[in-house]
Amino acid sequence: MIHAKINGIPCEVKEGTTILEAARQIYIEIPVLCKHPDLAPTAACGICIVKAKGTNKMLRACCTPIDEGMEIITHDPEIIEVRRSVVELIMSNHPNECLTCGRNQHCELQDLCGNFGIRDNAFENTVSKEVILDTNRALVFDPRKCITCGRCVQVCQEMQNVHALCFIERGYKTVITSAGVSLSESPCVKCGQCSAHCPTGAIVEYDETGKVWDLVKAEDLHTCVQIAPAVRVAIGEAFGYEPGANLTGKLYAALRRMGFDAIFDTNFGADVTIMEEASEFVSRFRDGGDELPLISSCCPAWVDFMERYHNDMIEYFSTCKSPHEMLGVLAKTYYAKQQGLDPMKIRMISVMPCTAKKWEIRRSVEMSASGYQDVDVSITTRELARMIKQAGIDFKHLPDEECDQLLGGYSGAGTIFGATGGVMEAALRTAQDLLTGEELQTVEFKQIRGLAGVREAELEIAGKPLRIAVAHGLANVESVLDKVRTAKEAGEATPYHFIEVMACPGGCVGGGGQPYGITDEQRKKRAAGLYSEDEKLKHRKSKDNPHVKKLYDDFLGEPLSEKSHRLLHTNYQPRATYAR
Amino acid sequence: MSEQLSSAPDISRTVKKWLKKRGSLIMALHEIQNTFGYVPRSVSLQLAHLMDVPLARIYEVLTFYNYFRLDPPGKNTISVCMGTACYLKGAPKLVEAFAEELGVQEGETTPDGQFFLQSVRCVGCCGLAPVVVVNGTVMSKVDVSQVKEIIASCMQKEEV
Repeated sequence: MIHAKINGIPCEVKEGTTILEAARQIYIEIPVLCKHPDLAPTAACGICIVKAKGTNKMLRACCTPIDEGMEIITHDPEIIEVRRSVVELIMSNHPNECLTCGRNQHCELQDLCGNFGIRDNAFENTVSKEVILDTNRALVFDPRKCITCGRCVQVCQEMQNVHALCFIERGYKTVITSAGVSLSESPCVKCGQCSAHCPTGAIVEYDETGKVWDLVKAEDLHTCVQIAPAVRVAIGEAFGYEPGANLTGKLYAALRRMGFDAIFDTNFGADVTIMEEASEFVSRFRDGGDELPLISSCCPAWVDFMERYHNDMIEYFSTCKSPHEMLGVLAKTYYAKQQGLDPMKIRMISVMPCTAKKWEIRRSVEMSASGYQDVDVSITTRELARMIKQAGIDFKHLPDEECDQLLGGYSGAGTIFGATGGVMEAALRTAQDLLTGEELQTVEFKQIRGLAGVREAELEIAGKPLRIAVAHGLANVESVLDKVRTAKEAGEATPYHFIEVMACPGGCVGGGGQPYGITDEQRKKRAAGLYSEDEKLKHRKSKDNPHVKKLYDDFLGEPLSEKSHRLLHTNYQPRATYAR
Repeated sequence: MSEQLSSAPDISRTVKKWLKKRGSLIMALHEIQNTFGYVPRSVSLQLAHLMDVPLARIYEVLTFYNYFRLDPPGKNTISVCMGTACYLKGAPKLVEAFAEELGVQEGETTPDGQFFLQSVRCVGCCGLAPVVVVNGTVMSKVDVSQVKEIIASCMQKEEV
């Protein structure tokens, strides 16, 4: 242990702890712009400088380990003056456009300017007058608002292994962009983790709130909406709730007051996904396992990544569409038929924790299996929070309401889809019953919960070993797939029978479209919100959901039927990493 | 050499030489630039694939170092020295004059591929400042009034 003093307060920390972390442990907040709890320090911004007794040099707290006997001063008038200058210098190359910025009220730079009381431009503003936005209809990049802190580059390269973003040029000319092409021509998988980690408004979601209001307004349309599992445990953060507060009932109420004609729940779509995916798994597992591992396909950023970087794995990919796409196509077929509605007049809006879903809805022809685009608009949790505020809804005082029938009721398996490991656990609950022909009591698979990058387990089902792996954060998928490749090349048995991958760390609860300020603590709390709802639900297996049973009885027949295949499944194509 | 490459040339020898050697990306890029006069995007894409290096990393290196070029060089290279002595003796005005006359920015090639204009660091003959190097020939104490003449002489050589 290291013993030191910060602002005269003794502290005892583990060796290797940075000054920044040590200070936090004794509740001293040093401001940062480039350092993010998810990422290694890069010392790019210089706002976290502190003084150490015995040296005239100012040290960067984010990347300097605290040493035995150190006496650190984190705040004094001189340090404040220097930090203020750092902010002023950043402002000299940053547009004064807070009022029209996508990060207004949620910007780390704006907060600093507020705290430091910046009232005028200390230096001549050199930012370009020309606005050139780069967008791929999931994310919007405004290079003028970039402070080159490098968080997005770290996220894109190290956390996600996508390498769509990089530093180009050097020194004053440094910009963050794709390697010689626009965002839409780059390998970007639209996960949006860059936007979740950006401290300013340089990368934000492609806002489609206006489009949604237009659909709600159109009187001749029947406008449906669905909410993803992870939205319910995060939206509260925009209204003063703790992360993880489950606000499903209030969300339904809010959506009804906003004017949607039918309110559905993606959790129902997740249950249908499990019916199909578990059946797909069982059929491949029974066939002897040559077609295994089965790899989950609910995450569009992962699908995009696989098609670009790991397309040798296409044959192992589940052909199941993601839950919101399944719900979309069912709204325009099953629901339309049951309610006597013209599918041409139905519009489906998805509220997702995700920016990649904006891309997924136009991914391929199978996304229009109903004959119309199955999901018309996909917005993020952040966009919905703004719309609720626009609508003047006092969220905290809303009553809990129910969603609409046919595509609403869900099991616990549907709700845990939002956490990493949740899809696997949900699939196992149904698959084990299908394999054994029994109603097994084990429904919790806690060994695959948590936040470790890769989690593996070996189970025994129907007397056979079942090896599974769960990975989240795209960089973590490499080792898992390499194991599969090595075994296949050597003609050995597959190391895993079933693999779940989610692009975003934490799964959808940590999605790129969720409320800002993501940390592991927040991911855990949001996931805990889902698991606790699961525990309280009457049905915890997708196959026990009576609404799902009704869907198959009245419409689809059985899982993997011809109709199911036509409506609920898709296929994959290898794609070039760069468009040019 | 300065032709835009339509299809990717064979760089397998270069790759073989540098593959698996730590920190060798920059050496491979040097070799490529020496061969083609610049680093064509098609070659970078191929290199990324063969060396298993993200294209993003290649572009980070290419744009970090002034030495590397992403576009084909012009037939004539005009290098204006921006070292301290030349700078003080009016080099920025020379860059401005060349840029205006050629219709390109510093670091760019004219659309017809005839001229590449660049500013360079000290070329080592400060006594002759300001210095312009035209296709390897050092011209001393250059004045803005000579700019048109220098360009014209390059064009004449072209005709002969």
